[in-house]
Amino acid sequence: MAVDYTKYLRMDKMPLYWCPGCGDGIVLKCYLEAIDELGWSKDDCAMVSGIGCAARVTGYVDFHTLHTIHGRAIAVAAGIKMSHPDKHVFVFGGDGDLVHIGGNHLVHACRRNIDVTVVLINNWIYGMTGGQHSCTTPPGAKASTAPRGSYEPTIDVCHMAIGAGAGYVARGFAGDPTRLKKLIKEGLEYKGFALIDVFSPCPINFGRRNRLGDPAKLLEHMKSFLVSSAKAKRMNEDELKGKFITGVLHKDTEKPELTAAYKDLIEKAQASDEYWAKYAKGTLTEDDKYKITGEELKKLYPYDVETPLKEWKKL
Amino acid sequence: MGRIAFLNANAAVAEAALVAGLGFYAGYPITPSSEVPERLSKIMPEKGLPFMMMEDEIASINACVGATSSGVKAMTCTSGPGFSLKQEALGMACMLEVPLVVVNVMRGGPSTGLPTRPSQQDVMQARWGTHGDHPIIALSPCNAQEAIFETIRAFNLAEKFRQPVVLLTDGSLSHLHTKVYIPDPEEVEIVDRTQPDIDPDNYYPYDYNYEVPPLAKWWADDGKSYRYHLSSLIHDKTGFPTVNPKYTQWLLERMYKKISDNLDEILKYEYYKMDDAETCIVAYGSTAEAARVAIDQAREEGVKVGMFRPLTLWPSPEEQIKDIASKVKNVIVAEMNLGQYLLEVERVVGGKVPVYGVNQAAGVLIRPSQIYDKIKNPSKRAEIGLTDEELKRFGGGE
Repeated sequence: MAVDYTKYLRMDKMPLYWCPGCGDGIVLKCYLEAIDELGWSKDDCAMVSGIGCAARVTGYVDFHTLHTIHGRAIAVAAGIKMSHPDKHVFVFGGDGDLVHIGGNHLVHACRRNIDVTVVLINNWIYGMTGGQHSCTTPPGAKASTAPRGSYEPTIDVCHMAIGAGAGYVARGFAGDPTRLKKLIKEGLEYKGFALIDVFSPCPINFGRRNRLGDPAKLLEHMKSFLVSSAKAKRMNEDELKGKFITGVLHKDTEKPELTAAYKDLIEKAQASDEYWAKYAKGTLTEDDKYKITGEELKKLYPYDVETPLKEWKKL
Repeated sequence: MGRIAFLNANAAVAEAALVAGLGFYAGYPITPSSEVPERLSKIMPEKGLPFMMMEDEIASINACVGATSSGVKAMTCTSGPGFSLKQEALGMACMLEVPLVVVNVMRGGPSTGLPTRPSQQDVMQARWGTHGDHPIIALSPCNAQEAIFETIRAFNLAEKFRQPVVLLTDGSLSHLHTKVYIPDPEEVEIVDRTQPDIDPDNYYPYDYNYEVPPLAKWWADDGKSYRYHLSSLIHDKTGFPTVNPKYTQWLLERMYKKISDNLDEILKYEYYKMDDAETCIVAYGSTAEAARVAIDQAREEGVKVGMFRPLTLWPSPEEQIKDIASKVKNVIVAEMNLGQYLLEVERVVGGKVPVYGVNQAAGVLIRPSQIYDKIKNPSKRAEIGLTDEELKRFGGGE
């Protein structure tokens, strides 16, 4: 059955902001299909983004949405998830936003295994600011800040995420939406930190500088870097050099999720009869509580200013 | 009834935040502010509240912005270098117009500076640290008891005006233990953000019809779900980005107006022995306590001197300072920096009377004797109020 996308989108905010040939729309479509298949209510979903082309997604989806500053979306999402462990929290963003400037937050969200699903739209470039090279620009590829080709090595974001302890790590491709939807859906369902690194074309700001301005040509070019996990098993180390493996790369069903771990901590703390547990409950002893008169309080605070105390506004 | 306790201002801030209804804390360790998260880490899990130590200062304030945007009262705490790192997200909180309390325990700067020593060098940074035109509220308590009252007030102002509030204490105040009274929540006035009475479908987070549009909790207490967009970009009433000059100007002016139209509620200050004063000391925070002693001493000798102590540093109490300038012969601003609030006082006084400064950025409190000397001889520069013998004890510098 076809998905009614209008149900999930703020249709009054159309048309979408993205350039022709951009992969962001494909990824968003896959993501909405996954949400629809899961049957999650819009009311239970919150999405955070930082700054960049992909980060504009939050304006279009009809969830609780927050469009924050560059690089910090995952940290913001952590605050929301910890405050509302029963809600679904997602992050959408690009490689420059989430990996380059915001890398530290990505690493530590992986380590914490907090139940946030991150869809990383990896287009190898800073698209919105005009095509400057990022930490994922392939060596030799041209960018507005690398007219002779980038001389920096790139990062394999998925390897980094696995090393940092993320519970679910997958790589998808905007040129293969059927599999991408499945990867996103599995990430959404996973109880813990899920990263879906999606190779996605930016024909305008990456492609044109590299003779790949035709979106179909750029997709083909990106695909040449990709190897499915099944195929990768049959390849040796040399053959895999410079390639990126797609599919579910890592799934840890044992690792505790952060809000669940914190819930355990709360239960233990509340059941304990140690000093601070009693202190927090206010059941330490009766001696702990004093009746204090206005006069006594005035000695503690002898100034001619108002206090927030109802009974003694001015002491 | 509340409790009597023996606390430093850091612990006092932590306790007061809980009284005010703190629902989320995220922080990063930094001297001299770390007792705040240390105390909260002992109490928040017991109360079932989320407490996080983040990977950096930036993450901690951003996590707080996330929590408060979703509808929970949030606070983060830091000192000098950490306050610098938090500036961008502080600006985001101003722009999103979300309530937030940021505590800055001022230590000596610039840079790593004097981690264990007090200063008041972040007064201007509190006002103008983040880029762009924005209003800010900054409060400065003078002792641990007032830190309790002002922390509660910081939360109240933040919730009422959808505005981040900076609470400025210092490295000395934050470690000075005193007897304090921690009230119960029932004993104090506690403000929660106004939940809109409009249903979710017709709700706008930046409704043009309000000076302070109600900020709906995403998941309201009555079970309603308010789905809307907040953006750190200049936005229209729906929270969606716009570059329309009319709405841009309107938004920034409204953000200023919501503060300037409500000064009666936001400003707080103390007049001390000012009735017949010919000299006015302007002092805040720890320095005000030294000024009080100096004033008492000078008064015993018949010198007509008093103090104006702003508890709300920003917005500055312009009318009050103007009024004082029309009544006194000179003004002395005492602060642990090389002259920051002095600039604001000079601006407001506008050359009507001479304005002098007791400015010490030496990592030690200003002593009453320094202020006393200045009262006696305003045009003489105030020297570091330590004897050679005392200086020797600090070591170094040979």
